[in-house]
Amino acid sequence: MAVTDMNAAGLRRDERLERLRLFGLASPALLLVLVVLVIPVGWLFYVSFVGADGSFSLENYERMIKRKSYARIFWTTFKVSLLTTGLCILIGYPLAYFMSQLPRKLANLCMITVLLPFWTSLLVRTYAWLVLLQKNGLVNNWAISLGLWDEPLKLVHNLNGTLIGMVHIMLPFLILPTYGAMTAIDRDYLKAASNLGASPRRAFWTVFLPLSTPGLFAGALMVFILCLGFFVTPAVLGGGKVILVSMKIVSNIELFVNWGAASALGVVLMVLTVAVLWVASRFLNLDRMTGGGH
Amino acid sequence: MTSQVTQEALPITVRNVTKTYGRVHALDDVSIDVKSGEFLTLLGPSGSGKTTLLMVLAGFTRPDQGSLKFGDREMIRTPPHLRDVGMVFQNYALFPHMTVAGNVAYPLKLRRAPKAEIAERVERALETVQLGGYGDRRIDQLSGGQRQRVALARSIVFEPRILLMDEPLSALDKKLRDRMQIELRHLHEKLGMTTVYVTHDQREALTMSDRIAVVNHGRIMQLADPQSLYEQPENKFVADFIGDSTFLPVHREGSDIIAGGTALTIVRPVPKAEKHLLMLRPERVRLLSGPAPEGVNAFAGTVTDLVYQGESYLLYARLRDGTEIAVRGAIRSDTFADLPKPGETAQLGLDAADTVLIADTEG
Repeated sequence: MAVTDMNAAGLRRDERLERLRLFGLASPALLLVLVVLVIPVGWLFYVSFVGADGSFSLENYERMIKRKSYARIFWTTFKVSLLTTGLCILIGYPLAYFMSQLPRKLANLCMITVLLPFWTSLLVRTYAWLVLLQKNGLVNNWAISLGLWDEPLKLVHNLNGTLIGMVHIMLPFLILPTYGAMTAIDRDYLKAASNLGASPRRAFWTVFLPLSTPGLFAGALMVFILCLGFFVTPAVLGGGKVILVSMKIVSNIELFVNWGAASALGVVLMVLTVAVLWVASRFLNLDRMTGGGH
Repeated sequence: MTSQVTQEALPITVRNVTKTYGRVHALDDVSIDVKSGEFLTLLGPSGSGKTTLLMVLAGFTRPDQGSLKFGDREMIRTPPHLRDVGMVFQNYALFPHMTVAGNVAYPLKLRRAPKAEIAERVERALETVQLGGYGDRRIDQLSGGQRQRVALARSIVFEPRILLMDEPLSALDKKLRDRMQIELRHLHEKLGMTTVYVTHDQREALTMSDRIAVVNHGRIMQLADPQSLYEQPENKFVADFIGDSTFLPVHREGSDIIAGGTALTIVRPVPKAEKHLLMLRPERVRLLSGPAPEGVNAFAGTVTDLVYQGESYLLYARLRDGTEIAVRGAIRSDTFADLPKPGETAQLGLDAADTVLIADTEG
């Protein structure tokens, strides 16, 4: 007994200490999450249940159900987010594929051009689009001088402008994980497919696409969720014609100083976002999407 | 249940294939004939060009020039998916998003085989590689050896007439590798496909092949059956690469041929060359206890090292002229204790029948 117990207690203590030390390393981050996430969200919940007279009330939620405009705002938010995500997939997937097939050096160069706008100010980029897309802006002037269309098109201060701006801002979020998933695909899989009789097209549809979809879904989900709460770009480029939940929250606070209404909107948006994540995780393997699993 | 061969195997004819990467000749004017139904191994060190040659056969590497025929058909410009050759990749390249059965069915689906036939042929192929009933498993649930078998099943299920294998056993541990070598050999006998096998492992090549092509610097150094290759290598590279040979320089004094201070008795043919080397296989050299018998070339030397290796010993001895040779012998019960120790002198004998002179040229 004495022999088998040799140093057992001491070794156990070392193990515990080691774990405590690791926990200690994580504590600043945990504290930060507590201060900037858990407490504000809890406060948000609390405020959303406080009525105009300062007592507990469900009026902030009742208003959302009663007034048709709120349903429309939520519908617009989801529609714009879905459209943006769809357009990002249509533009981003082929681009990521193209990059994944390039030699490493060229691919890195491409990646820089994708990331460069990502590193410049969101506001600057958004106003740049305003300049480009306005009635007498660069795009309309060029298109007319090239004979693509005769009258200046309404490209901004409407859904068009909102989508153009949002797709542009969101594209890197889709391309990065998609490109990552694509470069992780062993070229030998495609060689094997080809050797077994698959034309390049068949090999793409049966092997490359299924193996790259986890990255694509991760990117698409990120874009969609970011879009749900997006404010600056749709506010500037939508010109008040495309009202999203985020804008309503801002107007509730800045115009009406109604923190309760704003909080309730925030809570609903958060719940819907979590619901989307939950549904997505039911259908897709989130482990795989975040690179875990394997 | 055996899968029957419905098609004749095809011979492969390679003519003057050259592939350069920058200034490096990956393949330097290579010509080779693989006979119908033959198991031919491309053996060489890494970077020798053996894999490049296999990739040319599969269609993944486009050579600069040359001709490649399967049977009578010129294939050099045929894209890989139309070549109809099976291939086992070094890392197996099994599709991780498909089950075992999905992987094996893949080539049949591409060929639009009817569903019932696909199911039957998949199961038969899995049985051939002793994985019957594994169809529903995911790839990441399989061991290395099982993956290797699935890769094999996938490459033979569509009954290609040519099978290519790129170091398929290199990822397996030694015991499994030894067993798979024998299994692959049996499978080849059963299916009869023309097989081209790439390896850097000389024992694997000797175990499995009908013929071996030793490749170095993008050229075929020698193409022969395993025994000829081992017994009568045509150049120093082959002699050195296969087996643990040591070499002694040879010079002539009148009609005598001298190596290591000994006038050699030679019964084997001497290749035409200006300079020769005596090739000594450690297991063909033995320790002599008395004077050399008739027909044995004897060398006197000082033991420099004696190594115990379990089933055998390895003894290094320095001859009077400073050259060193190795001797390998079996160890039985307590014979190791009787062996000469470092510093002692030893008489080493080489049968005239094992005295092989090779041309002293690098290729």
